[in-house]
Amino acid sequence: MEYFLELLLGGLTRGSIYALIALGYTMVYGIIGLINFAHGEIYMIGAFTALIIASVLTILGFNHLSILVLASLVAVIYSAAYGFTVEKVAYKPLRSAPRLSPLISAIGMSIFLQNYVLLAQTSDFMPFPNLIPDFDFMEPYAHVIGSSELVILLTTAAVMMLLTVLIKFTKIGKAMRATAQDKSMAMLVGVNIDRVISVTFIIGSSLAAIGGILVASHIGQINFYIGFLAGIKAFTAAVLGGIGSIPGAVLGGIVLGCTESFATGYVSSDYEDVFAFTLLVLILIFRPAGILGRSTTEKV
Amino acid sequence: MKLLTSFKKSFLVSIWFMFLTFPIMVIRVNPIEEIIEWRWWNMLLVGGCSFVLSLLGRYFLEKKELMAKRVADSGVIATTFKKRLFEQRAFAVPILIIISFAAIIFPFIFSTYQTSIMTTALIYVVLGLGLNIVVGLAGLLDLGYVAFYAVGAYSYALLNYHFGMGFWAVLPIGAGLGAVFGLLLGFPVLRLRGDYLAIVTLGFGEIIRLILENWNDFSQGPSGIANISRPSLFGTQLGLEANTVYLYFIMIGFMIFTIFVVNRLQNSRIGRAWIALREDEIACQAMGIDKTRTKLNAFALGATWAGMMGVVFAAKTTFINPASFTFLESAIILSIVVMGGMGSIVGVIVAAFILILLPEYLRAFSDYRMLLFGCIMVVMMVFRPQGIISNVRRTYRYGNNKGQDINHRETEEV
Amino acid sequence: MSLLNVTNLTMDFGGLRALDNINITVHENEIVAIIGPNGAGKTTFFNCITGMYTPTSGDILVNGTGGKTHRINGLKPNKVTEKGLARTFQNIRLFPDMTVLENVMIGKHCRTKASVIGAVFRGSETVQEEYEIVESSYELLRKVGLENSVNNLAKNLAYGEQRRLEIARALATEPVLLLLDEPAAGMNPHETKELDELIVRIRDEENIAILLIEHDMKLVMSLSDKIVVMDYGKQIAQGTPTEIQNNPEVIKAYLGEDFA
Repeated sequence: MEYFLELLLGGLTRGSIYALIALGYTMVYGIIGLINFAHGEIYMIGAFTALIIASVLTILGFNHLSILVLASLVAVIYSAAYGFTVEKVAYKPLRSAPRLSPLISAIGMSIFLQNYVLLAQTSDFMPFPNLIPDFDFMEPYAHVIGSSELVILLTTAAVMMLLTVLIKFTKIGKAMRATAQDKSMAMLVGVNIDRVISVTFIIGSSLAAIGGILVASHIGQINFYIGFLAGIKAFTAAVLGGIGSIPGAVLGGIVLGCTESFATGYVSSDYEDVFAFTLLVLILIFRPAGILGRSTTEKV
Repeated sequence: MKLLTSFKKSFLVSIWFMFLTFPIMVIRVNPIEEIIEWRWWNMLLVGGCSFVLSLLGRYFLEKKELMAKRVADSGVIATTFKKRLFEQRAFAVPILIIISFAAIIFPFIFSTYQTSIMTTALIYVVLGLGLNIVVGLAGLLDLGYVAFYAVGAYSYALLNYHFGMGFWAVLPIGAGLGAVFGLLLGFPVLRLRGDYLAIVTLGFGEIIRLILENWNDFSQGPSGIANISRPSLFGTQLGLEANTVYLYFIMIGFMIFTIFVVNRLQNSRIGRAWIALREDEIACQAMGIDKTRTKLNAFALGATWAGMMGVVFAAKTTFINPASFTFLESAIILSIVVMGGMGSIVGVIVAAFILILLPEYLRAFSDYRMLLFGCIMVVMMVFRPQGIISNVRRTYRYGNNKGQDINHRETEEV
Repeated sequence: MSLLNVTNLTMDFGGLRALDNINITVHENEIVAIIGPNGAGKTTFFNCITGMYTPTSGDILVNGTGGKTHRINGLKPNKVTEKGLARTFQNIRLFPDMTVLENVMIGKHCRTKASVIGAVFRGSETVQEEYEIVESSYELLRKVGLENSVNNLAKNLAYGEQRRLEIARALATEPVLLLLDEPAAGMNPHETKELDELIVRIRDEENIAILLIEHDMKLVMSLSDKIVVMDYGKQIAQGTPTEIQNNPEVIKAYLGEDFA
């Protein structure tokens, strides 16, 4: 039972990270219908920036809390800036191009960013400082859930709530929903599409950065390549939940995380990723629109 | 005045990029020795480069828009040099002769190393043409094409390792297995719509790779399979150098064969059905085309080519491991198709040569080659999203001349 | 002889009854029009017959190619086309990046049989088939008056021409019954008149019956042998143009209570 609980919490933790990254995919897809392949790289850049800032501050002798806050803040800002720039450089000129062109551009951007970090920094794994302290009150439960896992779960929950409020109740949230439903109509009623798209990229990238910081300090090391697999997994989560749907991305992330956690715990850790992809293939075959996605029938 | 504003804008862009690249380009920390390295020089570099590139980008985008406008205004596209090159027999024939001549003498002029690189490029040409059937013609976005390539390579490696089977014997088996896997995957997933298909095929590609990596008893895991036999010529094994040349000509043969097949297919009943499917699925079905079957045809046929090339690849490198079949491989092949111009044979060939040979010859700055590769992909899409050579549909001649003496004007599509 | 026999056709979308007990018969060489206000279920009816939707209940019988009677409920669209029903779409659905001729050649797909192998080896049979496809497609384009734009891309045609190309493409599937979904929508009076003549010509020369949805009353009245009126998914009247013009139910549906 305890083992089960441990796996479940492990799965939830993993799943919330997937969910954080998946939200970026799902929001971008919902609005411009593009699989933003470079999104995983934004997550990686978020983690790297946090690492660099944290290391610098540590050497300069800042205290623990201020490092945590400053490093996270800078990482989120930078990721958002990268997301914004990537959209402007690689996707915006391609709005009216054939459907596959932005996708290729995205793949190119992903390769570019990976190698950019590889060249400017290092190809080795870098030790990531543990930004999340171990709480004393967590001690009795340490065999089931660690402090960093708790922080991940709580942060994710808080971020999700913020996002929901943003999308449901703010003006820009309404504009985003309108754009997702009908771009040209939204434009006609005065929504500034370019701005909405930029904001979407900024929000998505910030979420990815938060995911990046959390996971990096949880695992303790990063390299330039972490974005690729995380990106694919997160995209899988988004599709699993029904792409374009925000609760779907969260649910998809959690389902994926738990599946992986249980499969590695009870079956074999070698095939962790195989389970993830098999789950995806199966769900899409039996429920092509994803768990929460609505199947759209084209009007004839 | 206009120049001044674009200077101003580019200046702002360069400031933005200096800010953007600051933590990653400028700071480098050695956490163990606690040293911070400040590389201010890089910041200047980024600033300068982004200023120049931004100016250039602005100029070219403007030019592109101007061109589009001019075309829209006049309604006709001027006959470009490129068009003349491919459409008129008087131009096409001598050029083809020159190219074939160059292809034949290539291995005798250049070193074994160069020949080997060229063979690799040819493999990608054929892979690109194969994927072109799936993506370019039928419009099915396949991100796991490399899986079928792996199937072919491992079928040769394993059959050779366990039973000592030769290249020519396994070639049809590899092709067949590729097709079988294509059908196996195609049956359940082809009813998914475009983007889902993309992610499922991507997932499938990863599954195949991960299985190869982890199922040690079957595939020897990450260490791979070594000492795979090279192809034999009439039962005799050739030396390394002769073999490289031999493989080169095998690949030339394959390329000609593939061009022949794809060219015939795309202007056939099946090929038209593929293109129609890409254009509008609903209308396509209403015209009496069996959607699933047509898609499955394209998918399996594409997979067949990947399977064949897998066998060639295994025979060429004599060593394979799962690391050769990553998603990046699929991405490169897909880029060849899209950059070449979807559905265009000549375009795919040109793109394959650029994308494969460029990184090879960029080995001089080997560290930067993948960076440039990514960069070229983005730049290419921004400035020429329709690909290097856009596809022109074939035109037919019609008339009331009865019987077999049909002279369809065989305009090779360009 | 009746070509199409629809009895008690009902279609539900969840709780919404889009079609309620529709009965329509189309005989050989007949032109039947379906009219009704927007949202009456006309296109849904087309989609049910052509296999885009599977109807909830009822029968659709076709005496199609080969003279046998087939029940086509729930058959896939391509199978329905094979049985001899061809359609056009309300919002034109051509293959935009293919040439005009190729668009029509696609229509020949289900009546020809060259396979992948055949296409690669291009034996005499395939060559002959290909030749016939080109010739007959060209012939069809001549019939609808598009012989001068054969090698243009479909997307470059004018609106009215695109409508005519859709008809040619549908004819290429060699149907016994042609279903036209608002063929005159967006056409000017001159183009509508040409369309009128074209439809009559198709009926007379090709012996194809026609079932059409149309809002242009002038066209409907001059063209149809029989008119079916639908409103809110129900069939409220059926008869000759004169009968329909004087039917109080129809007037009510179109003009409101006060005029009845």
